[in-house]
Amino acid sequence: MSRILIVAEHDGAKLNASTAKCVSCARSVPDAEITILVLASDGAAVAAEASRLAGVKTVLRIDRPENGHALAAILAPQVAALAAPFTHVFGPSTTFGKDLMPRVAALLDAPQLSDIMAAESATRFRRPTYAGNAIVTVEVDAGVKIVATVRTASFEAAGADGTAAVETASADVALPTHTRFAGVSAASTDRPDLQSAARVISGGRALGSADNFKLIYGLAAKLGAAVGASRAAVDAGFAPSDMQVGQTGKIIAPELYIAIGISGAIQHLTGIKDARTIVAINKDGEAPIFEVADIGLVGDLFSIVPELEKLLTA
Amino acid sequence: MKRILVCTKRVIDFNVRVRVKPDGSGVITDGVKMSLNPFDEIALEEALRIRERGGAEEVVAVTIGPADCQQQLRTALAMGADRAIHVVHDGGIEPLTAARVFMKLIGKEQPFLVLLGKQAIDDDNNQTGQMLAALWERPQATFASKVELTETTARVTREVDAGLETLEVDLPAVVTTDLRLNEPRYVKLPDIMKAKKKPLESLPFAELGVTAAARVKVVRTEPPAQRQKGIMVKDTQELVAALRKRGVI
Ligand SMILES: Cc1cc2nc3c(=O)[nH]c(=O)nc-3n(C[C@H](O)[C@H](O)[C@H](O)COP(=O)(O)OP(=O)(O)OC[C@H]3O[C@@H](n4cnc5c(N)ncnc54)[C@H](O)[C@@H]3O)c2cc1C
Repeated sequence: MSRILIVAEHDGAKLNASTAKCVSCARSVPDAEITILVLASDGAAVAAEASRLAGVKTVLRIDRPENGHALAAILAPQVAALAAPFTHVFGPSTTFGKDLMPRVAALLDAPQLSDIMAAESATRFRRPTYAGNAIVTVEVDAGVKIVATVRTASFEAAGADGTAAVETASADVALPTHTRFAGVSAASTDRPDLQSAARVISGGRALGSADNFKLIYGLAAKLGAAVGASRAAVDAGFAPSDMQVGQTGKIIAPELYIAIGISGAIQHLTGIKDARTIVAINKDGEAPIFEVADIGLVGDLFSIVPELEKLLTA
Repeated sequence: MKRILVCTKRVIDFNVRVRVKPDGSGVITDGVKMSLNPFDEIALEEALRIRERGGAEEVVAVTIGPADCQQQLRTALAMGADRAIHVVHDGGIEPLTAARVFMKLIGKEQPFLVLLGKQAIDDDNNQTGQMLAALWERPQATFASKVELTETTARVTREVDAGLETLEVDLPAVVTTDLRLNEPRYVKLPDIMKAKKKPLESLPFAELGVTAAARVKVVRTEPPAQRQKGIMVKDTQELVAALRKRGVI
């Protein structure tokens, strides 16, 4: 039997959708017993939400004032202290999990598998390398504890009809004071969240300015879509960094992805490969984005986008 | 001496379209352009800027790998690193082993700051810096887009999913770099000549006393699933019709 510990990602009040995807990944490991660990300053609400995820047996909750912000140096020793009885420790492949899990792995002297996209057995997993251009199947030696981050775009969220028991746990470890949270500037927005949205519209360098980028927001509003951007658009300051889609930005799997004025560099494509339908709008018929697009339209975005918006209003 | 250690990796250049070998044993590397991992270039650039501002006295670039890696260390020296250390090792190593090697070099060099790219674009692991910080029992500030130093602390802005987070960490610390931290300088020809005279030390892996944990085996490498060929539409009306037909709007 595999005993899998999942480190919950949350904002203190609500569970991040990535955790439910980690649960689905864990459920795909044969004969798995799943535990979720909630580290918070007051984890009551988050632990209750986690206990409803289908397939979870136990939710462990550690409340400590130091856990108010998700700092890897603070959380990792607590995860490591609880990991002994588990065969696997999973976290999401979000910036939260990418930051935390390797620190946990080092404390446990365990190897980490990053971005797992499928479990073939309890020791055999598939993961992308080279910006998704080579998929490797890896086998971990028997008896070795496995730390992993889960590529959330590869899994559906687990359902919310579970009834796990919530237990209070404690990790008797000293926590460092060398790392302090100093603030976060989140682009507060009422648009749908990029990582879980069913529809995403992204703009690229072709938009030319932050002002022109409003065209993308307008169309997104019409479709109830989240907004993404290419690296070039972010680097040029047209869009904030948390909107970047791709190898080094967010990996997403929406039902509908519309790429507008984006050439389709491999680093961008790796972020959208799992989208159900990809639409490309680009004035260059030879742009590589058309090689992956389900529907392509060659033309000038500055006339196409307003037209499209009008058609969708009618 | 106030020293910054920059850990680097030689990887297939980011412009190369990587291809899987037909027998599934890996990716094709013969005759393929190799470069310094782009994130490590950013890490090195940041170290050089800190030194140029007077925040450090020496920048040491290090790498682990086969003999060919010296090319990339020479590039690092040409960019401006003061010296380089090459830990000679054939074949791949796991991130935790790399972190253990870097830990040995920290012991020798006593840096106040270790900079690394947030990930290498070959294995895309995004692990080594965090593991190193854990072994060193020091702070980590990953995915940095801004680094401000005082004598005893670093204030680091990090690119996280929610936006930009700022951490204050005590030095010494590990910082891993994101793309927007800086734009690395171009290497000029005279710098390449000068770099030939800079010290490049080779250390056999076996001499460091690190055991290479090899607990993860790659059993198969495959190209990704191809998407089905799509359709082209000629105008926005056709586009809307095609979207409706697929049931996505
Ligand atoms: C290590 C590394 C990591 C990277 N990570 C990422 C990542 O995570 N995400 C990412 O996106 N990129 C990433 N990149 C960058 C990537 O290689 C490309 O440079 C980037 O994606 C290009 O952005 P773009 O398509 O907006 O710009 P361009 O490549 O300049 O494309 C602009 C497109 O707009 C079209 N166009 C111009 N005008 C119009 C018009 N009026 N109407 C319609 N179309 C028009 C052009 O034909 C062109 O195809 C990374 C690069 C490196 C080296």
